[in-house]
Amino acid sequence: MSHEEELAGAANAVADARAVRSAELTALNDDYTAKYGFHDPEDYFLKAPKGLNHEVVEMISRKKNEPDWMRAVRHAALDTFRAKPMPRWGDTEGLDGIDFENIHYYIKPKGEQASDWNDVPDQIKKTFDRLGIPEAERKFLAGVTAQYESEVVYHSIREDLTKLGVLFMDMDSALREHPEIVRKWFGKIIPTNDNKFSALNTAVWSGGSFIYVPKGVKVDIPLQAYFRINAENMGQFERTLIIADEDSSVHYIEGCTAPTYSSDSLHSAVVELVAMDRAHIRYTTIQNWSTNVYNLVTKRAHAHTDAVVEWVDGNLGSKLTMKYPAIVLLGERAHGEVLSIAFAGNGQHQDAGAKMTHAAPNTTSRIVSKSISKGEGRSSYRGLVKVNRGAHGCKTSVECDALLIGEHAVSDTYPTMDVAESDVRVEHEARVSKVGEEQLFYLQSRGLDPDKARLMIVNGFIEPFVKELPMEYAVELNRLIELEMEGSVG
Amino acid sequence: MSDAFLNPDHPSVVFACRGVRVFVKDGDTEKQIVRGVDLTVRRGEKHALMGPNGSGKSTLAAALMGHPSYRVEGDIWLNGERIDTLEPHERARRGLFLSFQYPVAVPGVTVANFLRASLAARRGTEIPVRAFRQELNAAFETMSIDPSFITRYLNDGFSGGEKKKLEILQMLLLKPAFSLLDETDSGLDIDALKIVSDGINLASGPDNGLLLVTHYQRILNHVQPDVVHVFMNGHLVRTGGMELVTALEERGYDWLAEEAAIPEGSRA
Ligand SMILES: Nc1ncnc2c1ncn2[C@@H]1O[C@H](COP(=O)(O)OP(=O)(O)OP(=O)(O)O)[C@@H](O)[C@H]1O
Ligand SMILES: [Mg+2]
Repeated sequence: MSHEEELAGAANAVADARAVRSAELTALNDDYTAKYGFHDPEDYFLKAPKGLNHEVVEMISRKKNEPDWMRAVRHAALDTFRAKPMPRWGDTEGLDGIDFENIHYYIKPKGEQASDWNDVPDQIKKTFDRLGIPEAERKFLAGVTAQYESEVVYHSIREDLTKLGVLFMDMDSALREHPEIVRKWFGKIIPTNDNKFSALNTAVWSGGSFIYVPKGVKVDIPLQAYFRINAENMGQFERTLIIADEDSSVHYIEGCTAPTYSSDSLHSAVVELVAMDRAHIRYTTIQNWSTNVYNLVTKRAHAHTDAVVEWVDGNLGSKLTMKYPAIVLLGERAHGEVLSIAFAGNGQHQDAGAKMTHAAPNTTSRIVSKSISKGEGRSSYRGLVKVNRGAHGCKTSVECDALLIGEHAVSDTYPTMDVAESDVRVEHEARVSKVGEEQLFYLQSRGLDPDKARLMIVNGFIEPFVKELPMEYAVELNRLIELEMEGSVG
Repeated sequence: MSDAFLNPDHPSVVFACRGVRVFVKDGDTEKQIVRGVDLTVRRGEKHALMGPNGSGKSTLAAALMGHPSYRVEGDIWLNGERIDTLEPHERARRGLFLSFQYPVAVPGVTVANFLRASLAARRGTEIPVRAFRQELNAAFETMSIDPSFITRYLNDGFSGGEKKKLEILQMLLLKPAFSLLDETDSGLDIDALKIVSDGINLASGPDNGLLLVTHYQRILNHVQPDVVHVFMNGHLVRTGGMELVTALEERGYDWLAEEAAIPEGSRA
């Protein structure tokens, strides 16, 4: 194939993908409430009463038949949670709105965990069908878990991966089946007392994913988890641990939604990643919580020598999100990337960012944060890049781009650099732009109506993020953005 | 020119305006930039518009296209229909086109995606991928633009000349009834000027018209306008043929300003 043909071919592929995407977009005329905001009648095996105390913690642990050490960890974590003050930074006003006593900390749906889709209870199956989960699995995934409220209700993994020794299951099963690995790593990346919410999660965690990829194994297509909150005033506290052993690689994707309720739910996950020497982990999140969900997630990775860790993080929905995926570059030449977008509409605050710690020489990192604030939405970038003493020859670049739509949209950035060595290359760029009148006029002068033109500009703005996603997710994200863009600018 | 007496909605007229005044916000007050322009373009005609820097040519062109930051008075017709209350995209869909003096970049939006959406808007129907692809390839060839530009982001990092070529490529694809071409020749090398001029001629036919804003005779030699206007201080001060261009090249604008009794300070 000549160079030109190749280029034309690429262009055609792009045009085709766009065509599919735009057809999907045209077919779309519902909104969040119709697509994700529905909820099932509540019919549970077990629903803990509202409120948080040692009895609830004890009950969760007993119901799960956990070993004593885990039960002890939970109880201690509850004490830590109580002793810890609320974070004094971020959206303190927003955080103060959380009523910890008005939340169910554990809800177990009916039925046992299924590995055959047909065995999933009908109502739940319908929910995930509606969200397109089994379909996605058939199309492009190597393994799937689906979590409903506190428990994983469905789980599957491609057989060949199991044969290679890849472990992919929910955390509760991992604790039963591989207690030695879990005990070795649980809370080692993010200790209980890291922050108030990591303590909370440690006390009441349930579900989440556990992945272990053995030495040298490359999982070529993504593993996925889908998290769904259904009940009102539900707290979802999944716990995820991914260990990529030497020379292995894995891509994990999670998606999250919840129904639209008038009162609040809480999602507070802890995600720990370990990339051993030369391992590669990519962790992709597309979360689209309804606007009554507080989303307070702690994510951190350890990257050893020559390892690569990438957080690809898309934050839509929620009432308040506070999330700063972190990477500690522990081994020489390790590389970390955090690529994120946030979309804040009316009444929403997306407080997101990244933390990068260069703890070894010649480590490199890149943070690209893009935020869109629309109407009265507010998005904040909060980032920390730290270069420890002795970490010579590091390189880091931080790029924050904020796009404002409408006169009242707000964006702020709080970048912090803490560099203890002098031979370090630091690049930082921050830009705030409005959806420009001249861009709009240009597109309009070519026949695009203002809504379509605005959407095109926004989609262009997030394109560097979208192109990192598998096609199915890219399509979905563009759809979500279109939903968010509907309605007045306020 | 008897055209001023031709009804603006006469079937032989593709584009016309009467009494167009353009105002921009200037602090708390308004500043008038265009002070009353009447124009009648018959089907098949090419008009040129020349005038000193800052005289208001781009402002006039953008205002006719419906730029939202101007307040515009006066009446505008396209194909016999009044369009002065329409939004820019509605004017575009009816066949008005503006080639920008300074096309803006839209990062993240590929040329292919943009062109496909524009074409669908102009034609009022989605274009099948295969047909679009063929049309696109042909247009890129005509304009001698490397096919790799199809997947580039719109005007993002394009050179001045590349932007101008892409503007005319859009004119070719969208097949406008009337085109406002604002300094499409500026910054072009000799070969590019030929390509752009050929593109303009190719896009021109017996049913449509154009108004070409320029400072130079070069492009006019290629495009051969039927009518030449001189624009100063917000007015059309003189209308003629190619001989006017020659006179301007030789004598500049001052003699016209004196004839039109424009005070020294406001000849822009
Ligand atoms: N939005 C605006 N606010 C204030 N002044 C404006 C605005 N737009 C245009 N002008 C002024 O109007 C005058 C005409 O500008 P315009 O760009 O239309 O000139 P032009 O004839 O196209 O010039 P050139 O040949 O240099 O392209 C200039 O003095 C310009 O500064
Ligand atoms: Mg101009």
